[in-house]
Amino acid sequence: MTASREKRDPLARKRLRHVPSGLRSRAMHALSSRAAQGHFMLQACAECGTATYPPRDACPLCWGELAWMDQPDGARVLCETTIRVSTDLYFQNHMPWRMGKVQLDAGPVALVHLHGALHSDDRAVVRMMIDRGGNAALFAIPAGETDLMGDPQWREFIVPIQGRIALVSDARSAIGRAVVKELQAQGAELVVAGLPGPMLASDAADAVYALDRIQTIALDVTDATSVSEAASRIGGPLDIVVNTARHVRPGGVSANPGFVEQRRAFEVSAMGLSRLASTFAPMLAGRPNGAFVDILSSAALGGDASQAGFAAAEAARHSLLQSLRHEMRSAGVRVMSVFTGAVDDADHQAVPPPKVAPSRIAASVADALLNGREQTCVGDVAQDAMERWLADPALFAREKNL
Amino acid sequence: MTDARSLIADLATAIAGGGIEIVDLTNVLSPDFPVIVLPSEFGQCEPFRMETVSRYDGNGPAWYWNNISMNEHTGTHFDAPAHWITGKDVPNGTVDAISPQTFFGPAVVVDISAEAAEDEDFIVTRSFLEAWEKANGPIPPRHWVLLRSDWSKRVGTLSYLNLRDDGAHSPGPDADAMRFLVHERDCVGLGVETVGTDAGQASHFDEPLPAHSILHGNGRFGLQCLTGLDRLPTFGAMIVAMPLKIKGGSGSPLRVTAMVPRA
Repeated sequence: MTASREKRDPLARKRLRHVPSGLRSRAMHALSSRAAQGHFMLQACAECGTATYPPRDACPLCWGELAWMDQPDGARVLCETTIRVSTDLYFQNHMPWRMGKVQLDAGPVALVHLHGALHSDDRAVVRMMIDRGGNAALFAIPAGETDLMGDPQWREFIVPIQGRIALVSDARSAIGRAVVKELQAQGAELVVAGLPGPMLASDAADAVYALDRIQTIALDVTDATSVSEAASRIGGPLDIVVNTARHVRPGGVSANPGFVEQRRAFEVSAMGLSRLASTFAPMLAGRPNGAFVDILSSAALGGDASQAGFAAAEAARHSLLQSLRHEMRSAGVRVMSVFTGAVDDADHQAVPPPKVAPSRIAASVADALLNGREQTCVGDVAQDAMERWLADPALFAREKNL
Repeated sequence: MTDARSLIADLATAIAGGGIEIVDLTNVLSPDFPVIVLPSEFGQCEPFRMETVSRYDGNGPAWYWNNISMNEHTGTHFDAPAHWITGKDVPNGTVDAISPQTFFGPAVVVDISAEAAEDEDFIVTRSFLEAWEKANGPIPPRHWVLLRSDWSKRVGTLSYLNLRDDGAHSPGPDADAMRFLVHERDCVGLGVETVGTDAGQASHFDEPLPAHSILHGNGRFGLQCLTGLDRLPTFGAMIVAMPLKIKGGSGSPLRVTAMVPRA
């Protein structure tokens, strides 16, 4: 179906998208990497126990060693202000901008971005967000408030789905179909569902693709021609790309390597990501809330001897995503990784539970977008893998390949 | 020798002058051209892929070229005897070893387009071929037998591979028809417009995949994904089909042309 695309002044000059300044201390980058994972963490002193903010290299009270700790996210608003003039190019475009000081329940007083409904003495919840320049920023919202989308400042830190145009790279797979349904249900104006060949005659009658506000196009991430033709058929604005393409096959390295499947896994996971990103990044960069979401396996973190080629391809994908995130930062396009363990689909029939339902992955994609979270782990397996990998990567790799 | 020399000169004159028309029987080799789909327990055929190395740009300011990759059986392609287990011991059964003489051969075109339009699982049987011979004359020895199904007109639609929930559906021969063509008509090979010489459902035949099995077991060839067979006369066309000289190759994409006397 044809959606009613956004209407714009045809003669207006292209709007440049600015991002907030990116210069930060190393300690602040450590906070950003935790914010990217959706944690609310502050440094606390190992000697005197005092929590500190902003991040520092030593405890400001006793010069003790600082360690990152989960902290309570409650706060009380101390004071508020509205900024109406700025020399910063990004904030100039978003005036007026509300900020305030809050007393964190964790201890420190912090300068925060302030939700429109918050005033002095209000109780607030402080979210650790990633700003459009890729850095951590504290955002105070009213305690108990669930519908935040009405706040224009909040929308700067997340990726709205409602009214936006999204592309799902492989909408044939169980994950892809679930993501299409989820984005459609979240009110996307149009979900472009990419269908790699070969196709069944009955695909045309598929109930998912027949939903309102869904358009199917031929799209095979292993084929550069197909990717650029798909881009030409989307034509209009594109806000969100969700890369659901993957090629899960068993096989080892020296034992039963299955070179055809291994190469194909790389073609889909790694090269496919590059083809998608190079083609669609310019379209995303022109949008106010562009995002590239990639669903990848937690096998990317430590390898997996039972599906070595797939795991290696996913590791390459993980690496490419890091580079893509760097490239997209200056354009303010969010690059989001959604890690999953084994999925409850045809690819993982040999794997015993627990497995992640495709619909749960789809819900996590929406959740990552709506909370502006760079890194998400869906399900216990992926969460456990990430925790163990973060704690001790060498031990994790050893344990995964015993 | 003089005769042969004048023959070649005459041929060159006829081709240049238009007395002989060269008909292209080849589909465009493009990334979206469908390849055969096997049941998922088997390895799959890679489609054609093309990545630009340079196009008058920084990677090559004055030149344009691409890296390409594909399966040996992608696009309009040639099947050598070694493609099938029945042909594994056929001497010179790989594309690099096949005598180039066999790349030039006369063709007879059997039109099954009406039957295939009626029944997408149409099976060419021995009795069908015998009836066809009664109507059109005998199939001469050492000819390519080309099945004109008009299936090439479906290229670009889902009905070309015609995959349904119960498998692929496209016309092809049964085992008796293949034995008739190979042993009693001594065909050079079988050329088809579909993605394989065998019918879409041929893996379920009593003798499964008879075209591949019988052709290649007897050192004969296959040509698949042909197009333009409707432009050939029933008798009198000369096929030029030269596979790439791939070392030990089981087949090859190729350009297939036919010399046709202009009416």
